[in-house]
Amino acid sequence: MPADTTLGSVAIEALAGIQPEPGVAKPDPILVADHVVRQFGGLRAVDVTHLEVQRGAITALIGPNGAGKSTFFNVISGFDTSDEGSWTYNGQTITNTAPNKLARKGLVRTFQLTKSLSRLKVIDNMRLGAGGQTGESIFPAVFKFTWGRQEADITQRAMNLLERFNLAAKADDFAGSLSGGQRKLLEMARALMLNPDLIMLDEPMAGVNPALKQSLLDHIRDIREEGTTVMFVEHDMDMVRDVSDWVVVMAQGSIISEGTPTTVMRDQRVIDAYLGAHHEAALTESGESLTNSADKEADA
Amino acid sequence: MDFGFILSQSLTQAIGVTAIIYCLAAIGLNLQFGYGGLLNFGQVAFVAVGAYSVGATVIAVGSSLWLGIVIGILLAIVLALILGIPTLRLRADYLAIVTIAASEIIRFAAKSSDFLGGAQGTTGAIGADFYALNPLPEWERFEFGPISFTRVDMWVVLVGWVVIALATLLTWALMRSPWGRVVKGIREDEDAVRSLGKNTYLFKLQILILGGVFGALGGMMSAISRGSVQPDGFVPDFTFFLYVMLILGGTARVLGPLLGAAIFWFLLVFVEQVLKEGVSSGVITFISTTQIGPIRFILVGVGLMLLMIFRPQGILGDRKELMLDAR
Ligand SMILES: Nc1ncnc2c1ncn2[C@@H]1O[C@H](COP(=O)(O)OP(=O)(O)OP(=O)(O)O)[C@@H](O)[C@H]1O
Ligand SMILES: [Mg+2]
Repeated sequence: MPADTTLGSVAIEALAGIQPEPGVAKPDPILVADHVVRQFGGLRAVDVTHLEVQRGAITALIGPNGAGKSTFFNVISGFDTSDEGSWTYNGQTITNTAPNKLARKGLVRTFQLTKSLSRLKVIDNMRLGAGGQTGESIFPAVFKFTWGRQEADITQRAMNLLERFNLAAKADDFAGSLSGGQRKLLEMARALMLNPDLIMLDEPMAGVNPALKQSLLDHIRDIREEGTTVMFVEHDMDMVRDVSDWVVVMAQGSIISEGTPTTVMRDQRVIDAYLGAHHEAALTESGESLTNSADKEADA
Repeated sequence: MDFGFILSQSLTQAIGVTAIIYCLAAIGLNLQFGYGGLLNFGQVAFVAVGAYSVGATVIAVGSSLWLGIVIGILLAIVLALILGIPTLRLRADYLAIVTIAASEIIRFAAKSSDFLGGAQGTTGAIGADFYALNPLPEWERFEFGPISFTRVDMWVVLVGWVVIALATLLTWALMRSPWGRVVKGIREDEDAVRSLGKNTYLFKLQILILGGVFGALGGMMSAISRGSVQPDGFVPDFTFFLYVMLILGGTARVLGPLLGAAIFWFLLVFVEQVLKEGVSSGVITFISTTQIGPIRFILVGVGLMLLMIFRPQGILGDRKELMLDAR
């Protein structure tokens, strides 16, 4: 396949001409959020005026600790309730909709603190992800012939995904026996069992070793090539620069910058938000400051 | 000391009517707590509903036992809905508080209701319709080695174990299915299961209902076999004994409640009989006959503590599984 016909290149092209402004409109948004506010006492943890997420692209959500990224994910995915605001998904209003309903519509998220189901086997964690199972209704459940075939198909799909995520050897172990990084992988693979349209990953690479991080980045690109929109939170700027088509920056609950990775990392507001007074401090793993690494990217 | 007699008494109790009643209620609790993680501290409420339904239908209303059984099942479903609908959306501990309160409310309400016989309860030929069906030959006793039952008890025990076998089969079939997988997932982390598109509320309501119906069946067995329903038979201790049996046998094991109930009653009767024989034959001098009741519970309690130390997963449990979250 020639490089310029991949879905990734289509997404990059679609985002190419867009002004790097907070709240800027996108050509084909899958998710649109308006005036979303979530307060904890006096703290406005989330205060997003407008955000559009481009369909088919990989969007990174970055920002310092406590910026409100996870809270924003929780609100959008129905695990937390907003105080104000509304948001649509595929043009449909989904403000404060229950998470299980959203998952069925194809909006699936993972958690910053992994939620693997410890006393279920890895393969059962995966099978649980599949939607539309006949055997999940109580009456057919009693009779295996009603769901046996479907179960076999689901198991096949689960094993294929586990293979991709290097977890196939662990299929029959309890999920509780996995390492922290393996749990991250399992949670991502499990979410993919739902064939999501939009997958929201909260720090999918935290605690994953560098070699595996590279293969995770490949997985994320693969997901995009299969037509799934990806939104992810990540602190590792090298990873963000490597994989994302668009970057959204949050600080103190609001979106302070948006743009391609290169433009965002040059943005003075972003540098200020991240580094405060310590402008000279290094932010990326390679020890470069944001501006330097962005320059290098531009030169390349 | 006549160990033959003691053993025969204990074994008979281990598979007898009382064990059957507790076993049915424990099968229900195993579904709710063992597999689904629901903290139902008022399982005895369902047992009471089952017992009073057949008792009142037969004695107070004068209708048939079969109608009473249908009413009992329906009322158990209604009770599960009343308890579950407001609480199952909330944190797990709310259900615990509500269920224990409900079980006491039901006991006191029954105690002060003339229709249900007040503090005396309901007594009479509750099981007449059931005993009329007894097909067993007219023998004096039915003996199997050390175990022996009267003809009437034999019939109750036979039917009781058939019902237990069916309930166990149903549990097994459900727990190997995708439905059971969702239920076990809820026990581990409800939010994770919700994030995968499952309506966990509905599943929790289903296990509360199903487990409650099993509890009610236990109550019906008790009313039928004893020919009476006493409000003070439904104290919260009942539920705690159920938990003891579950933990003893192994939670979230299909056969856990069976083994747990049988061993619990075997031990209780065995200790009691040994103490009784010991006191009456003068071997044990430091306690009196009246102290035997409480002391057997103390000894069984000590035994349970030892079990928790050396086999915390219960008899059928898997220690590896138990240790997963302790890392
Ligand atoms: N349940 C809660 N109750 C009170 N305050 C909360 C709650 N959850 C989050 N907060 C506060 O909201 C703010 C945003 O938290 P959030 O978890 O969204 O940050 P984050 O951007 O995901 O940070 P990190 O990168 O460290 O994960 C923080 O100041 C946090 O203390
Ligand atoms: Mg976070």
